[in-house]
Order: sequence, then structure tokens, then C-alpha cells
Amino acid sequence: MIAVDGLSVAYQGVEIVREVSFTVAPGRTYGLVGESGSGKTTLGRALGRTGGDITAGRISVDGTDVLALSPRELRAWRASSLAVVHQEAGAALDPTMRVGAQLAGALRVQGRPRGDVADLLEKVRLPGEAARRYPHQLSGGQRQRVVIAAALAGRPRLLVLDEPTTGLDATVEHEILDLIWALRADIGAAVVLISHDLALVGRLCDDVGVLYAGRLVEEGPAARVLSAPRHPYTKALIDSAPRIGADSVPAAIPGQPPAPGEAPPGCAFAPRCAAADDRCRTVPPGLADGARCHHPGARAVVPVPALPHRRQEVTPLIEVRNLTRAYGRTRVLDDVSLSIGRNEIVGLVGESGSGKTTLARAVAGLGRRGGGVITLDGAELPVEVGRRDPATRRRVSMVFQDSDASLNPSHTVRTILARALGGPERVEELAALAALEPHLLDVRPHRLSGGQKQRVAIARAFAGRPDLIVCDEPVSALDVSVQAGVLRTLADQQALTGVSYLFISHDLAVVCQLADRVAVMSGGRIVEEGPAERILREPRHPYTIGLLRAAGHEPSQRRRHVH
Amino acid sequence: MRGFLLRRAATVPLTLLGVSLLVFAATELVPGDVARIILGREASQASVQALRDELGLDRPWFQRYADWLGGFLTGDWGTSYTLGVPVQDLVVSRLGQSLLLAGVAFTVLAPVAVGLGLWAGVRHDRAADRVISVGGLAFGAVPEFVTGVVLLVVFAVNLRWFPSGAQAPEGSGPLTVLWHLALPALSLVLLCTGYVARHVRAGTAVSVESAYARAAELRGLTRGQVVRRHVLRNSTVPAASALGVQLQFLLGGLVSVELLFGYPGIGALLLQSAVDKDLPVLQSAAMVLGLLYMVIVLGADVAYRLLDPRVRLGAVAS
Repeated sequence: MIAVDGLSVAYQGVEIVREVSFTVAPGRTYGLVGESGSGKTTLGRALGRTGGDITAGRISVDGTDVLALSPRELRAWRASSLAVVHQEAGAALDPTMRVGAQLAGALRVQGRPRGDVADLLEKVRLPGEAARRYPHQLSGGQRQRVVIAAALAGRPRLLVLDEPTTGLDATVEHEILDLIWALRADIGAAVVLISHDLALVGRLCDDVGVLYAGRLVEEGPAARVLSAPRHPYTKALIDSAPRIGADSVPAAIPGQPPAPGEAPPGCAFAPRCAAADDRCRTVPPGLADGARCHHPGARAVVPVPALPHRRQEVTPLIEVRNLTRAYGRTRVLDDVSLSIGRNEIVGLVGESGSGKTTLARAVAGLGRRGGGVITLDGAELPVEVGRRDPATRRRVSMVFQDSDASLNPSHTVRTILARALGGPERVEELAALAALEPHLLDVRPHRLSGGQKQRVAIARAFAGRPDLIVCDEPVSALDVSVQAGVLRTLADQQALTGVSYLFISHDLAVVCQLADRVAVMSGGRIVEEGPAERILREPRHPYTIGLLRAAGHEPSQRRRHVH
Repeated sequence: MRGFLLRRAATVPLTLLGVSLLVFAATELVPGDVARIILGREASQASVQALRDELGLDRPWFQRYADWLGGFLTGDWGTSYTLGVPVQDLVVSRLGQSLLLAGVAFTVLAPVAVGLGLWAGVRHDRAADRVISVGGLAFGAVPEFVTGVVLLVVFAVNLRWFPSGAQAPEGSGPLTVLWHLALPALSLVLLCTGYVARHVRAGTAVSVESAYARAAELRGLTRGQVVRRHVLRNSTVPAASALGVQLQFLLGGLVSVELLFGYPGIGALLLQSAVDKDLPVLQSAAMVLGLLYMVIVLGADVAYRLLDPRVRLGAVAS
């Protein structure tokens, strides 16, 4: 039994987590959900007494008052009772040690023999020879299995899973979650699962706590919280996630969460909530009936009905024919052909290593040489962007996944956009197009949030009035509530300008929400291609079906009726 | 690893050829007549010409170069123009002296600098780190001949704890040799420690804050265990290349320390032969040093690969 009571955690005097209380019984799973900056990781670290300073509250695990332990007792408690699986599995493993040696180290702490390494690997369904590998020789999923194996070396009473599958491909994520699910009973520990993904938490957890600005704003059984959320934030969070086959498009939550230490006097969510009144802005609500809200059940965001998928005759704009690219002896693109029409959004889905980014970069004129041709309006495009003439270059632009790396940190947003335009005249217009607030024009990128940075990148991509914008995972690094807004902007601007998108994502739900046509890539080939609706309704390739399943969508029931 | 070594070894002769051509070209371009330098300003034009003929200086440059190269490869390194002794003996004995001084300095430098770097990294942004980092930077900013002069004045001239010359008398025991080398070695250690320690500190600070160190701590390991089992090896990776750079410097860049302490090393020899246009000595010394440099770089790279499996085995999975 783990009991957290009135826990507050501060970093350098700023409270990140405020008065959080919850309990988890052995064998039960408690999900902590929140967006970036909600304090969920700080809270997770505090459970193992690392990270910030605990300013108030108690943590007790099976009767042990964790906060009262001396350093020596704390180490003993960590060894005997605690196991933590962090996000970024690769980073939790020492890059200079073989996997076997690291697991042996974890076993040694428990007083278990080195020979048990094979047992541990078997438990997480890894072959015994993985012990001789270094972490970098394993895939992301395999590395996460090793970290889980290390967590199983002891008999933990408390297992903290901090975003255990973030950064993994959908199918791998599925496998890892299955594994955790299967091992849960075996371990018999109280499990705390920390995630930004409400749907995932809903699937795996018995109880859920929703964190906003460091406080639990809603708590209850997972089924209840997901199906009948009481707090407007929870409801908005659920609505902002793209779901395959949903009848409304994801709605962004306006505004941003308050910065740490800058929460307003009343309800921290009030500035973003449509239902907020004066009481919300002045009196902090208490936790009653599972929600910390003066108006439980109210809506914070008005839902947007889904647009029917467009069907139109398309005239081809870009044609990719028999493209082949290789890194050394590895073929990343193997005879790929794809066409993108005018005024068309083509979604490209695939897992890491499928070749989707290589294809995108080839279209944008980046990356290496290889076989095949790309034509724009029938004229062959030179392979390298430097050999394309300025007019052609302007017709194809790109939005990168990592806006931190693609925006010059020493320029203001205004300079960035003015340079793309070739003059300062249309900067405001361009910013408005990407729904970028005007007061952000004179700040530098590091002051912007992830969503705002991506909006700058989108505005810049529109500067040259392109015919095609290649969007490489433009929303993958964003929180769902922000992601919905950026996707909305992309959709609106497309409808307005008639530009074409090549939209790349590992997330089928995101792609299907936006795209007219979807191409699915695997192992350097396009394995399936067709209208988005058709791919969702009756996928033909097993790989596509697997992707849909991993995204929590069961596509095949309706298939029988069609044929 | 074997393939890596073979590939790297194959580049050594090519690089040496380039070095010899560069040195040769440089001596050709510098004005001055070696025969005139040897014989002095008073010598008659006839005797200068006679010496030029004897040394074969009037032949075209490629003939002289080919002659020298052929001799170098077959072990006949020629005779010094100015000193009149066989080049091979000269270079080898001077190199031995340099290796001795560099070896003594390096033996002190490596553990001290790595140790200080580790200490600073583990306690980064605390008082110990500040002292080590700032101290290292300060000593690194002072040229070795300045430190050397201060050491000489304080410990050799005033306190008389150490001799002022680094060269021990012929036939001295090892302790006496070390005693003579102490001051020059110390001035070098003071110069280089900060650089190496800074690299180790940076690696250590990253490693101490890394997810794997935190994960180990959460498994119940003490700070000391975490440092010994995980941080140590990860933070010595940058040390390998930093130490390699310093070792190169210690072997060839010691002219000022050698001159200051009157030590017959290869740096001083290189300088003198360049001033005298003593081509056979200059060429051979440059080649030997070049070879040694490449061996050190190779050694540092091998150490780097041994310490970091990611470099050694390459990334299989992305």
C-alpha cells in the first residue's frame, strides 16, 4: 500500500507539485496524467526521493515513512522496495557496459547471483544472447525491456513507470505495455504509471489522477474518468486527442498552462476555460466528488464537428517515380513511387526506420543521391536543393519535426519570417496566417512554447507561397491539446491557399484526421496506399492492420460487410 | 578493431611523405646558404662553393630530396652539416632525452589531471569544482617558460632544493635523474593539468547527472558505487583524446622548457637545425616526431574505442 498525502515539491523555491494525495493498493495501477509542465515527472521522482525538495506532505509505502529515512535507510529502502522505469530507455542504461553486466549489477544489489541474468531476460522476453550486447546495439523497445528487467531484479513494493513508452513506435509500445500488464500480477507491487496519454492510462490503470499546474484536478476509477469526466480540463484533454473514426475533430485547448509559480489565485485552469466565472478566478476550488472544480461537468472547449473527407479530381503536382536511396548497403528507399496532387494532402505513415523521412527529404531536395526521378508539374527536379533554381526552390518548402533545431536561436521571430519573405512588409500577415500572436514577433525562439515554435516554422514554410509543403512529424513533439491547434491551423491554411501537403507521421490517428490520401511505408517500401477513409475502413496490408490495432482501432469487423 | 588498425596504419607512410615534402619545401624557401652558415662570414667564395659541391647543394631539389629519402628509408640518415656527427645517433639520443622528460611529466599529469577532473565533475558547481576549474585555467594561461622561470628562481636559486639544470651528470642514478627533471616536468604538469581536467570534468558532470547514474542510485547504490561502476568509465572517454593532445605537445613542443633548463631534447635540436638550415637533421627529426605523433594519435583513438563501445562496434540499431 502506498499512500501519498498532501505532497508538495519545489525546485529552487518554486512549487511544482502542490498538495497531491493519492493511495495505491498492492497489485493495483494508478495512472498520473498530465501535459508537459504539469508536474507529473517531478511527482514521479519525488516518490523515489530524488529531484526537487519536498516541502510538505508524507509518502508512506507499506507503512514505511519514506521521507523520514536516513540516507543509509533510504538506500536500503530503494534497493528492497522501489523500482523505477524512466522514459528514454536508452539513457537509463550505461552505454559503456554490456547489458548482462548491468543486470548483474542490479541483481548484486539484491544479493542474487549473476546467473539469474538469463531468468530476467526471459521474463521480459529477450533472447539470452542480449546479455552480451551493448545498449546501443539494441532497439528502443529492447532497451526498454532491459530496463524493465532491471526493475524486476528485486521484489519492489512500489513500481514507478514514468512515460515508459514515449518515443517508441506504436507496435513496440503495444508490446511493452502488454509485457508490463503481464508482469504486473507477478510483481504484486503498487504501480504508478505516469503518462501524457490519457487513452493509454485509461486502458492500463485502475485509477487515474489528472494533474494540472501541479495539482490533482480530477481523480477516480479510470473507466469513470475517461467516460464521464467531471473536470472541464479532463474533458478538453480527452477531446483534444485525435481518435480514428471519431465524429468530431480534436479541439485544441486555448492558451497555455501557467508557468510554475505563476498560477492564478483561483482555479489554475480558469483562464483557459469557457465555463469559468468570477468565483473560478478568485476562489480555488476544493477536491469534491473526484474533481477540483466549481462547475463539475461543464465544457471548457466547444467541440468542432468533423468535416467530411473531400473527394475531388486531382491534377498531379509532384510525382515520385522508382526512388531508391541507400545508406551503405542498407536500402532505405526501395523503388518508391508516389504522386501528390494539387490541393491534396497526402499522409505518409510508418514506424522509425521505414524510410518516410528519407522520402520526405528527397522530395524537399535534402539528403543523398540515388536512383529514380521526382518531377514537379512534369519537369524533373534536381536531386539537390542547391541545384534547383530559386523559383523552383520556393515552390517546395518544409516544416521539420524539431523546431528548436530549425529556428535560428539568435534571431527574433520577426527576423526569421522577414528573411523567409525577403522583406519585412508581410510579416504580420504571415504570422496571423499561422495563428501566431503578434506580440510574439519580437521575441527569440527560446522564449516560445513548443506549439508556438512550430507555428513560426509553419508561417515560414508559407512565406514563399509554395505549391507543396513537406511536413515531417510537425506535431510529434507537442502535447495533445497543443497538437490539435497546430493541426487545425495546417488544415485551415490548406483550405484557404490550396497548397498541397506531404504530411509525415508515425501516428495513424493524426494522419487520418488531416489527409485525403494515405500511404503506409514499411521497410523502405510503400505497402499500401489509398483514400484515408478506405485505409481506415478496410485496410488490406497486414502491416496497416497492425498499425491500426496498435492505435486502438479494430478495423476488420466491417470488412466482411464490404466484401 | 584489426581492420581499423590496418586502415589507420596504411595512412602513416603517406602522411610521413607529406611531412618530409613540407619540411623540405620550407627549407628551400627560407633564404640563406647553408655552406655560408657553416663556414662563417669570413670564408672565401671559393671555399663556400667547394663545400656546396661537396654537399651536392647545386643539384636540382628533387634529386637532393630523392637522395635524402632513399637514405632515410635504408637507415643512412646522413651527417649533420653543422655538427659533423651522424644524424641517426644525434636524433635518437635527443629523442630519448625528450621521451624521458615527457614520460616523467605525463606520468604525473595523467593521474593528477584525471583525478582532479573527476573530483570537480562529481562535485560540479561546488567549491572544489570552482577551485580546480579556475586554478587549471589560470595555470593553463601562463606560458610554461614563465612558470619555469618562477620555479627556477624559487626552488633552484633561492631555496636550492633542486638543481637549475635538467640534465643530470653522466652516470647518475635514476633518483638523481628524476631530481634534475623535477622542475621542468612540474612546469609542464602545471600547464597541461587544467586542459585535461576540464575535459574529464565535463564528461563526469554529464555522466553524474545522466539517467543511468540516477537509475543506479534508485537501485540503492551509494554515490561512491555509482561513480566507480558507471561514471568513471564514461568520463574517461574524453580524457583519452585530451591526454593524447597533451602527450603530442609534451614530445615536440618543449623548446622553451628545454632551452630554459638547458636540456638537450629534440625540440631544441629541431629549432637549432632549422636556424642552421641543417637539412639532414631537420628532416630526420621532423620525420621521427611525425611518426611519434601519429602513433600517439592512433593510441588515443584506440583507447577511445576501447572505452566507448558505441564507437568500437558502431550503431546497429538506431
